[in-house]
Amino acid sequence: MKKEKLRLSDMSKAEKVPLVHLENADLMPLPAPLDDPAKDHNWTPLSAQVQEKYECFLDDTCAVSVPQPKSRAEEEELVRKFLSGLEKLFSRENNWTFLQPLLLTIEHCAKCQTCSEACHIFEASGRNELYRPTYRSEIVRRLYFKYVKRGGLVSAWQHGDVKLNWPLVARLIELSYRCNLCRRCAQTCPIGADNGLVAHELRKLFSQEMGIAAKELHDHGSMLQLKVGSSTGMNKEAVKDNIAFIDEDISEKTGVEVKTPWDVEGADILLIHNAGEILAWPENPGAFALVLNAAGISWTMSSELAGYDSINYGLWYDDAQFARVALQHAEAARKLRVRKIVLGECGHAHKALSVVADRLLTGDFNIPRESSMTLLRDIVLGGRLKLDPSRNDFPVTLHDPCNLVRLMGVVEPQREVVRKLCPKFREMEPHGVDNYCCGGGSGFAIMSGNNFPDWRFHVSGRKKLEQVFNAFQDCLEPSIPKYLCAPCSNCKGQFRDMLAYYDLWNRHRILYGGLVELIVNAMTEVKPGFIEWEWR
Amino acid sequence: MTTTVFLYAAIYTATLVFLLACVVRTVRYARLPLHLRWELYPVPHEETVRAKHGGSYFEATDWWEKPIPFNLLGELKSMLPEMLFQKGLWEFNRTMWFLSFPFHFGLYLLIGSTALLMARALLSLLTPQLAAGGIGLILHYVYAAGWLAGAALTVAGALGLLIRRLTDKELRTYTVPGDIFNLLFFVVTLGCLLTGYLLQPQGAPKALALAKSILTFDTNLRIPAPLATGLVLGALLVAYIPLTHMSHFIAKYFTYHSVRWDDRPSKRGSVLERRVAEYLTYRPRWAAPHVGADGARTWADIALANPARGDKK
Repeated sequence: MKKEKLRLSDMSKAEKVPLVHLENADLMPLPAPLDDPAKDHNWTPLSAQVQEKYECFLDDTCAVSVPQPKSRAEEEELVRKFLSGLEKLFSRENNWTFLQPLLLTIEHCAKCQTCSEACHIFEASGRNELYRPTYRSEIVRRLYFKYVKRGGLVSAWQHGDVKLNWPLVARLIELSYRCNLCRRCAQTCPIGADNGLVAHELRKLFSQEMGIAAKELHDHGSMLQLKVGSSTGMNKEAVKDNIAFIDEDISEKTGVEVKTPWDVEGADILLIHNAGEILAWPENPGAFALVLNAAGISWTMSSELAGYDSINYGLWYDDAQFARVALQHAEAARKLRVRKIVLGECGHAHKALSVVADRLLTGDFNIPRESSMTLLRDIVLGGRLKLDPSRNDFPVTLHDPCNLVRLMGVVEPQREVVRKLCPKFREMEPHGVDNYCCGGGSGFAIMSGNNFPDWRFHVSGRKKLEQVFNAFQDCLEPSIPKYLCAPCSNCKGQFRDMLAYYDLWNRHRILYGGLVELIVNAMTEVKPGFIEWEWR
Repeated sequence: MTTTVFLYAAIYTATLVFLLACVVRTVRYARLPLHLRWELYPVPHEETVRAKHGGSYFEATDWWEKPIPFNLLGELKSMLPEMLFQKGLWEFNRTMWFLSFPFHFGLYLLIGSTALLMARALLSLLTPQLAAGGIGLILHYVYAAGWLAGAALTVAGALGLLIRRLTDKELRTYTVPGDIFNLLFFVVTLGCLLTGYLLQPQGAPKALALAKSILTFDTNLRIPAPLATGLVLGALLVAYIPLTHMSHFIAKYFTYHSVRWDDRPSKRGSVLERRVAEYLTYRPRWAAPHVGADGARTWADIALANPARGDKK
């Protein structure tokens, strides 16, 4: 059956039925042996209960689960709130943080569609119109000229029109969570417009005005972090207990005594991990402690609120929450009077605290922030450790977290480490600032409600999956263990789930892990075999 | 004479509208608040060794203790091919480049040639002897060739873009009547000007005479109707451009220099910090309860509050 082409006006369709439906055969083909759509996973359909209870009529999935309004009056009230938020997005007092780039993008897109070719989601979906970077932006652009600029008929003729109703708003809420915010599209725009930013600003509107956000980012994310100190739910006692356990475990495993220093005033470095590492991949913070101690670095961790969890989910959906968490991080460093903050292996934490929060951290809060990639590079290349690259004699490829490379410009340090320590290193293509997102960016890696993972693996992660396969094309046999180095906690989460979804550990022995683990694995004073070739 | 007055009035008004609208738009964008950092790498003014791979000063240890060099040459090397030849479009959307480049480059030639013509007219008014010599003749051939080539390229590019917009399914979804009108406006205007210029009757004023009379408001000049129509349309087009999204030649300066490439770090006591200090006194009105913006609290109050622990301030 021939599928009808999606139009912009379809977003306002009153019928609460999904606008698009994807079949495996529609998607961008994957390399062999994943090239048969018939053998790919079937998508789990949304349950009838979910469809009855929530506004899930954009596509095959539902990321935000907005409860259905109970009456027409409630729908109208939500539309009114949306309009009020839209006006605020374009006002100085309410949105000074991003007003300039937003306005430039909204007022000057030439609609040449150059950005579409750069978008991994659009490509992976089989070029489905709904996922085109400009589809979402064009709706917002038309609403802006109609309702914010109050352009009237001439404006409609010049910029196009769109009917505003609750179905459109409900669909926009979901559509703002179909973009990884990787900004690869913006990189190619001849004008410099940024469709990723439009998705970001829409999420802000829904959160800051309507109180609507993905619960993994808000309730279980930034709010939990501000309440107990970490989105993992760990309070300071729990995190200290866990780290003590990790120290013990790593000491035993490596034969090197490891002790993590806590709350050391005047230390050179405050190291902040993504706390998810502590629970999901304890070998990563353990390896950091071992390396920093062995290199003679003066460092500490902090047990202050949020001082032991570098995540800042506000980056993806809410400026107020973003600023609050960034200030907590700076406050932890200020109290300890450290010289600098070093961010562990977490891409979004890097960009949040080093780049985006830079202008918010004024006065005493302006404490220098540095990447752990740089620190690890200095340690490895500076000869501060005895290293034997032959211990890493297995194929290694490097995933570039978007937040580290395209959005922060930290590209080479991690490569210098891998080149020095991994004789069988191979790049993905493209890489560096031209990389593709893992598919878990902008919070997707921690969003697993309904059947969202199906969309995350089939669509947003598909391009990266292709890249990983291509990088290991010469050694796919399961007899050869392969290491996918992803120096980012959220990316690792996406890889863990996606590799498991396609059973790539069992079928091809592709393991994922961080950068610091490769360093410890090569340290001669450590018992061989720090990297354990088993699925985790 | 009435026609000529009307024509001159249209040209003067259009020039004024163009300049004013450009200034208003530029000032409007320039006066927007300094936003949070949102740069996109590669940033070409980074140190050469880093700019090559898209790296930033964040790759250096203790970067804040070192001077951050501004690689002007790198920035120029990135800017000029983009401005003149649309390098980005060549790299990322080749099919579109084959239409967009002639259109834009044609416009550059038209603008350059017109500027040259007006310069020669001015020169001949100020120092007639100099302008009448060899230099004048050379200038004449340069601007005539530039103008003809520019008009031909722009019309070809605009027609190509128009056809593509109407026939390409992917572009059609996003094409509005205004887009079609804009492209047609270029085609018709330049078509009229070309026709009027090439089919001038014997004894009609040449371009230089026309330029001089515009500069001196000499209303005795008799301008043939086809050319006069083209000139009026041209004036309207010039006034119209900065009122539309086609003013992206202004926007592009800001999207590149103020957003994509703005990697200036905030330092204690810096101008950036002072500007942000002002914004932190703003009183937003976002309505979601967790934000706690009631119109009385400042941005700083809100940022320092912790709604998860019950404190609003």
